[in-house]
Amino acid sequence: MRTFRMGGVHPADKKISKDANIEKLPIPKIVYISMGQHLGAPAAPCVAVGDKVKVGQLIGTPTGFVSAPVHSSVSGTVKAIGMVNDLAKRPVNTITIEVEGDEWMEDIDRSEDIIREIKLDKKEIVDRIKACGVVGLGGATFPTNVKLSPPPTATPTCVIINGAECEPYLTSDYRVMMEMPEQVLIGGSILMKALGVNKCYVGIEENKPEAIKKLSALAPKYPGVEIVPLKKKYPQGGEKQLIDAVIRKRVPSQGLPVDTGAVVQNVGTAFAVYEAVQKNKPLFEGIMTVTGDCSKAQRNFLHRVGTPLSFIMEYCGGVPEDAAKIISGGPMMGKAVSNIDAPTLKGTSSILYMTEAQTKRKAESNCIRCGKCVSACPMGLEPYLLNKLGRAAMMDELEEHHVYDCIECGCCSFTCPAFIPLLDTIRQSKAAVMKIMRSRPKK
Amino acid sequence: MNTLIVSPSPHVHGKESTRKIMGDVIIALLPAVLVSIWFFGLSAIHLVCVSVLACVVFEYLIQKFLMKKRSTVGDLSAVVTGVLLALNLPVCSPWWLILIGALVAIGIAKMTFGGLGQNLFNPALVARVVLLVSFPVLMTGTAFHAPEAGYLFGNSDLASAALDATSGATPLGFVKEQLAKGVSMQEIMATPGLSYTQLLFANMGGSAGELSAVALILGFIYLLCRRVIKPWISLSILATVFVFAGILYLGDSSKYVDPVFHLLNGGLLLGAFFMATDYVTSPMTAKGQVIFGIGIGVITVLIRTFGAYPEGVSFAILIMNATVPLLNKFQPKRFAEEAQKK
Amino acid sequence: MNIIIFTIATLAVLGLLLAIVLYIVAQKFKVEEDPRIDTVEALMPGANCGGCGKAGCRAFAEAAVKEGVGSLFCPVGGNAVMQKVAEALGQTIEAKDPQVAVLRCNGNCEKRKKTTRYEGVASCATVASLYGGETDCMFGCLGYGDCEAACQFDAIKVNPETGLPEVDEEKCTGCGACTKACPKQLLELRNKGPKGRRVYVACRNKDKGAVARKACLNACIGCGKCAKVCAFEAITVESNLAYIDFTKCRMCRKCVAECPTGAIHEVNFPPRPAAVKPAASTPAAAAQAKPVQPAAQAPKPEEKKVEIPVQKTE
Repeated sequence: MRTFRMGGVHPADKKISKDANIEKLPIPKIVYISMGQHLGAPAAPCVAVGDKVKVGQLIGTPTGFVSAPVHSSVSGTVKAIGMVNDLAKRPVNTITIEVEGDEWMEDIDRSEDIIREIKLDKKEIVDRIKACGVVGLGGATFPTNVKLSPPPTATPTCVIINGAECEPYLTSDYRVMMEMPEQVLIGGSILMKALGVNKCYVGIEENKPEAIKKLSALAPKYPGVEIVPLKKKYPQGGEKQLIDAVIRKRVPSQGLPVDTGAVVQNVGTAFAVYEAVQKNKPLFEGIMTVTGDCSKAQRNFLHRVGTPLSFIMEYCGGVPEDAAKIISGGPMMGKAVSNIDAPTLKGTSSILYMTEAQTKRKAESNCIRCGKCVSACPMGLEPYLLNKLGRAAMMDELEEHHVYDCIECGCCSFTCPAFIPLLDTIRQSKAAVMKIMRSRPKK
Repeated sequence: MNTLIVSPSPHVHGKESTRKIMGDVIIALLPAVLVSIWFFGLSAIHLVCVSVLACVVFEYLIQKFLMKKRSTVGDLSAVVTGVLLALNLPVCSPWWLILIGALVAIGIAKMTFGGLGQNLFNPALVARVVLLVSFPVLMTGTAFHAPEAGYLFGNSDLASAALDATSGATPLGFVKEQLAKGVSMQEIMATPGLSYTQLLFANMGGSAGELSAVALILGFIYLLCRRVIKPWISLSILATVFVFAGILYLGDSSKYVDPVFHLLNGGLLLGAFFMATDYVTSPMTAKGQVIFGIGIGVITVLIRTFGAYPEGVSFAILIMNATVPLLNKFQPKRFAEEAQKK
Repeated sequence: MNIIIFTIATLAVLGLLLAIVLYIVAQKFKVEEDPRIDTVEALMPGANCGGCGKAGCRAFAEAAVKEGVGSLFCPVGGNAVMQKVAEALGQTIEAKDPQVAVLRCNGNCEKRKKTTRYEGVASCATVASLYGGETDCMFGCLGYGDCEAACQFDAIKVNPETGLPEVDEEKCTGCGACTKACPKQLLELRNKGPKGRRVYVACRNKDKGAVARKACLNACIGCGKCAKVCAFEAITVESNLAYIDFTKCRMCRKCVAECPTGAIHEVNFPPRPAAVKPAASTPAAAAQAKPVQPAAQAPKPEEKKVEIPVQKTE
């Protein structure tokens, strides 16, 4: 069985919510739709206060090449346009909509039928994906159409669908594979067509045997699609690691993943692509998990983008008494929530409750130079050294030791027996070094 | 609801901790300790207890009163140093010798550099070498086994046989002595007590930790299974010693000791499994570790064969310890480097 | 005898040869340098802090010799050093007002409650890149002391009582290192003022009044009362935040009494006559104005002590 060839750690699996079917979350009374749903330039609102909007109506237009449109997830009246704090208490331009009924745009196909035939041609597919605001749902929320328009220097050779879901606790991708397997595979076929390639791998970690079985049974119907079971190891879902695991090619330093010929898309994205292209449905719903050892509910939801996190928490019986930390995303790379009234985004994959005992950082002690961080680093860096250099702000040396290659997966901090918060320092140093590198005149 | 904690990712930590690692090392050393207690009884218990206690107390006192900071004896690293020091001393060492050793190990080799993780040289080995050059008579030679060493639980027949056979000197010392006298290797090896079986299970010459190769190998396997250490350093040391000594042996088997004898003797296993693999004083990357091991192997055989001392592992490890900062310049293979070059 | 002569002769020849080699090398690799650079460098404070914008004192001296003193200023040495440098180079310069770093946040632990708990590396930069901060005010001081670490003159210390850094005016040279280190841009270089007296808005919260007030009782709510009362047009209110232009301020202190939240601070003034108290417009402000020292002060003795360190020495 394949896996990536360097580093990695084995956090406990904890997929507690894996058998909970995806439920439709009720629509709240007010939604807050952020214009910064994706990586890149935030969208610009194209509705005014007092306007009536329908489900799926365009309310934010992209403002650059790396940007994506935003659609209303509810029908109702625009109440306000202005700054609303996100989950990290940072103000983001947001459209507030008061919900009235649930009236959809007429051109969205709301039937349950699975449409297998791909009618659109290459360019139409990319344009549709762009117009529907599809972004990568694996965490980075990178606009999908940009990934489907590789620079002329690179020739794509295959699509890799990321079903690794290597983060503990998260089960949204797994539920998508279990409940919408055909849609995912059709999404993969659409992506192949959009890129003009004839190979599509679906990488799934071995801890999801049912999903591997289900998709493998369906795969023969879709030419070029191959299911690749992967050995369980974190961070398999990282783009670079997945490419290495599946096609044994390494993304060059500071290069694009497509330089290896592979274009990676999450299973959630493949499903969104299917809905956009076959059903003309913009991305305004997302699938997320509510879980945690102390959580009262272990459920998976289809939520409307812009639903306040606190609404979902209430719906699931409230925040558990002993929850000390709420994480949006997985425990390895997710963001800690400081504002529970923040709205969900396209890329919101979970609400994860952790108790103080689970998440408490222990006091840092001396580095014992065990080298565990070096062997855990999937990028072949030396975290102990980068940490030291970072604390001394030695920028030249940091660059020399490839700090910019760090993918911030957290393996080093996870494994350090001396509880040194290696990634905290390295992340900061990386940002500083990248800033210096960008400020240099280009050759 | 509680006040929410906010911190950068990752939000969870693995199960590893410094204390757990040190605990594993102590467990891995237990077989060797038990073997020495089996043969020497009270004196071995006395040795280990005094050594461990002295190391812990010295570390505590130095951190508390000289460095004026929170004591870290809880991480068990001082206990490991204590056990290793005990295994590196002759069983019948007087209490003051152990105390001096502990003071040198903790006070000079560890704390002056800034404590755990900062020291350049392996503390227990520094102590051993300081004692070896300061008190050569106590550390080697005829004072090695006091007859009253107390075969409390011991198999006294085996013990006394070995004792007589090696006439009080370590096997390597004995061989070197005999070679100097002009006795040929084949004749020396015919001496009772130098058989491999005996060396493997109970070699009575040498310090407490050199008693039984099997006990040390058991500990090594435990460390590997618990993923505390990687095998590169140990294996490269043993392979180098075997190959280098083998070449010499093939060259002139009447003058040079055969390679298996080298492997089983004089604390080579103790050094290769437990001293050279010390995290703090060994290189980080696999490449560095292999070079580190080869260096130790070569220097050991050189000292044993051509040097004045019969024993060379301690010196070899200390010399190679000094090269670790340099060996750490061997960077690991980067994920993205080769692709970058094109 | 022969041996001695031979030895002496050999050494003498060797010495001579080596001296020639040294001479040639020294000539060949000689670096021509303006001797005035050394003169200027000798006058510099030698802190190499980079407060002037150059890499260090040597770089400053080089720039002064090459480009003239006019555009340069050594914040550490101040006017005294600059005069000496100008003299040495035969130039004249105008005296600049000495500056000091001022913290534009007064949200101490008591007035600005923490609503979350940060766990991680103690660095403001890390906290700032992670989220808005432990309190609900995302403009305010994070209290992890990046400014303290950046200060080379030991002039800033974070007070654990208030959670805010305090500037020691005696030690602060106005080099500006802290202003660059603060991810929230809370430290500002302001003119030291006559007798060290200054009036400034100790807040940078741009939220609307109610939001700001909810997060921090000491926040500027952008009410604009100070701007109205100011006779010198020194105060501007922009995006819910007042700012006092120190070049226009005449230290009348009317704004301090007017401020309903105590966001405007005055330092190093003699104690106010009791008659001023009723001038406070709202009961809340009056209550805050009660402590002997400026109305702006939070009623905390420790804080007061450090806010006016110079007063004791004067």
